[in-house]
Amino acid sequence: MNPAPTCPSTDNWEEVRAAARYVLGEPIAEFIDACCRAPEPKSQLIAVLHRVQARFGYLSPAHLDAVAQLLQVPAATVAGVASFYHFFRLQPRGKYILNVCLGTACYVKGADRVAQRIIDELGITWGETTNDGVFTLEQARCLGTCGLAPVLMIGEEMHGQVTPDQVPAILEKYLKKAREAPAGTA
Amino acid sequence: MRKKRLSLTIDGGRVTVDEGTTILEACQQLGIRIPRLCYHPELSLMGSCRVCIVEVKDMGFYMTSCSQKVWEGMEVQTNSPEIRQARRDIVELLLDNHPRDCQTCERDGNCELQNLAYAMGVRARHFEGRRKRFPLDLSSHSVVRDSEKCVLCGRCVRVCDEIQGVTNLSQHGRGFLTVVAPAHGAKMDESVCIQCGQCINVCPTAAFLEKRGAGAVWQAIADPRRHVVVQTAPSIRAAIGEGFGLPPGTPATGRMVTALRRLGFDAVFDTDLGADLTIIEEAHELLTRLKEGPLPMITSCSPGWINFLEKFYPELIPHASTCRSPMSMMSALIKTYYAKKKGIDPKKIYVVAVMPCVAKKYEARRPEHTIELGAGDRRTDCQSVLPSSDAAVAGGGQGVRVPLTDAVLTTRELIWMIKCYGIELVSLPEGEFDPPLGLSSGAGDLFGATGGVMEATLRAASELVTGRPADRLDFTEVRNVAGLRETYVAIGEHNIHVGVANGLTNAKVLLDKVKQGKEPFHVIEVMACPGGCVGGGGQPYPPEGFHILDPRLLAKRAAALYAIDAGKQLRKSYENPAIEEIYDTFLDGPGSAKAHRLLHTRYAAKLPRGIR
Repeated sequence: MNPAPTCPSTDNWEEVRAAARYVLGEPIAEFIDACCRAPEPKSQLIAVLHRVQARFGYLSPAHLDAVAQLLQVPAATVAGVASFYHFFRLQPRGKYILNVCLGTACYVKGADRVAQRIIDELGITWGETTNDGVFTLEQARCLGTCGLAPVLMIGEEMHGQVTPDQVPAILEKYLKKAREAPAGTA
Repeated sequence: MRKKRLSLTIDGGRVTVDEGTTILEACQQLGIRIPRLCYHPELSLMGSCRVCIVEVKDMGFYMTSCSQKVWEGMEVQTNSPEIRQARRDIVELLLDNHPRDCQTCERDGNCELQNLAYAMGVRARHFEGRRKRFPLDLSSHSVVRDSEKCVLCGRCVRVCDEIQGVTNLSQHGRGFLTVVAPAHGAKMDESVCIQCGQCINVCPTAAFLEKRGAGAVWQAIADPRRHVVVQTAPSIRAAIGEGFGLPPGTPATGRMVTALRRLGFDAVFDTDLGADLTIIEEAHELLTRLKEGPLPMITSCSPGWINFLEKFYPELIPHASTCRSPMSMMSALIKTYYAKKKGIDPKKIYVVAVMPCVAKKYEARRPEHTIELGAGDRRTDCQSVLPSSDAAVAGGGQGVRVPLTDAVLTTRELIWMIKCYGIELVSLPEGEFDPPLGLSSGAGDLFGATGGVMEATLRAASELVTGRPADRLDFTEVRNVAGLRETYVAIGEHNIHVGVANGLTNAKVLLDKVKQGKEPFHVIEVMACPGGCVGGGGQPYPPEGFHILDPRLLAKRAAALYAIDAGKQLRKSYENPAIEEIYDTFLDGPGSAKAHRLLHTRYAAKLPRGIR
């Protein structure tokens, strides 16, 4: 009896595998290869996701699917883990991370009103990114500059003693910078 | 080695059980049924719903009886006022975050959450909180996902993973926003879902349901221009009675036929005949494969299994029998052979298939299972039967491509239609299927149970291979397969190595062996659902005293099919005169080019690829 099929291959594994490697890039793909050679590759799922997020800033469905294929863990499981942990972000991050300090000092100095103004101006809420990809809104608990309360941190820059009325001008400054900067630079 | 025995008291009664028994199981021995929701005896333990809590002396907190194992001297209280209140609170909180549409819900009267609310004595709404809102996912041809009705019990996640090995579902997000969905909350038809419908079966509420098909069928029946034909799968007759209070395992073939006629179908045909035809085509295919390969040949009747093959094991596609399923073979014959024989325009024929299966709804929509009608296409032999006026209506020789099967109904949907029509199935007289597609051998009936296709194939192949009448008809070694079986069957000089699997986790074991090629199989039967079609995703919710996936329930339904087979004069597909006539007058014999065009199909790798 001949168990070997004589017909053309109906397998798509090589294409699926190549596409997954392309999505993640070789360094991460090689890290997953190493995991697969070690005992219990599935136990490395979170370690792999950390690397993917470090490289791409967030975990897209395409990234998660690629991890699923290369690590051979069902995509539903990978996505379930990624969506459960607060650390993993499933949306791309904006060019500027806009951190509003809601620590005690900033809060009593009116950070909540500053925050509300930002939310109104940008039309996004905590953890979200504007459609133009410029801002991601985050909260901080303390930025260590309580003397300047209330404090905003945008990108690497601090803004102190911010009032709600100053918010539009501050945002505009970064929008302008984002428009002027060549694509792909921060 | 004998297990250690442990003694405990439950509500003051003493009971001795094996070490490792849970409180819930120990209670059952005393006739105490602890309320439960996420617990399912055929699935792993999750302990998430907290409905099954009991008091254990000196513990200071309530314990989940489904997951807590007993210890020596344990004192359990299942029914204090406090524990009943706590359970009632838990169920009330679940209800608070649940749509209040019981009366218009398909699971009304058949819902475990509703039953719990009744049993716990929830008679008023005490909690008013935020309710989760999710869109209805209607993307799949087979399975509808309604996350607003989900109670996060996780049974669907577990059945999809543990029984089917598909792992399409998981819980996404956390806290209040947790939702059960395919990866990334993708639509069901963009996921690795194989549409078996076991999530529908195990769901305690209506978070998963089949895509409704009855509306279109009512409409077709009411349309006088339509010739509406129905065919029923082997396993329907073994389960439909349960919907009308008959004990599980009561065959109801004749009464079902009468009910279908009263519903207004113009002809009532038997998919068993399609099964007979499948057997003959498959036996011929096996003969060819024994000479030319590739072996093993894997059966192709189960559409959930075919979906699994295309997404999870595409490299094994050459091993799948090219035979269409019995349903699609029947539909092909109805729109060609039957139309020609009766002189009916095949474009006016509307084929309804009653199936134990939701994946059949998808199969019916596959482009491979369509037919071009009325274009002078001699391949389908349809032009000759078209009256000239209709040919003009059809668009001046322009053909129309139509599905072979126009609508698929599950057993559950048919039960509902019969009830909706006010037909009392139990007291109906016995009816007979209509000629020329109503006569079937007992071999066809076997298709509804695991191992049935294998047994029917062996019946046919033993004569084909040896050229002598078969020395036996029953191949009990492939009956009542509890998930997985491998065995050898002697046929002539061949010692045939066969494998039978139901439930795709079991199928994986055989498929991996095929891939390794260590133990060459000749024939493998795979049925996606546990127990085969009798346990299909479209079968009735279990009656009182049984649970879904219950081996006792599946065995009773299968026993009905074996009894039907044993009670028939005609037991071999080859001896079915209706089949002989089809081959003689229409198909040019088994395995002919024409038979291939009408009765065979092809498969292709599909994305997303599943992780196995």
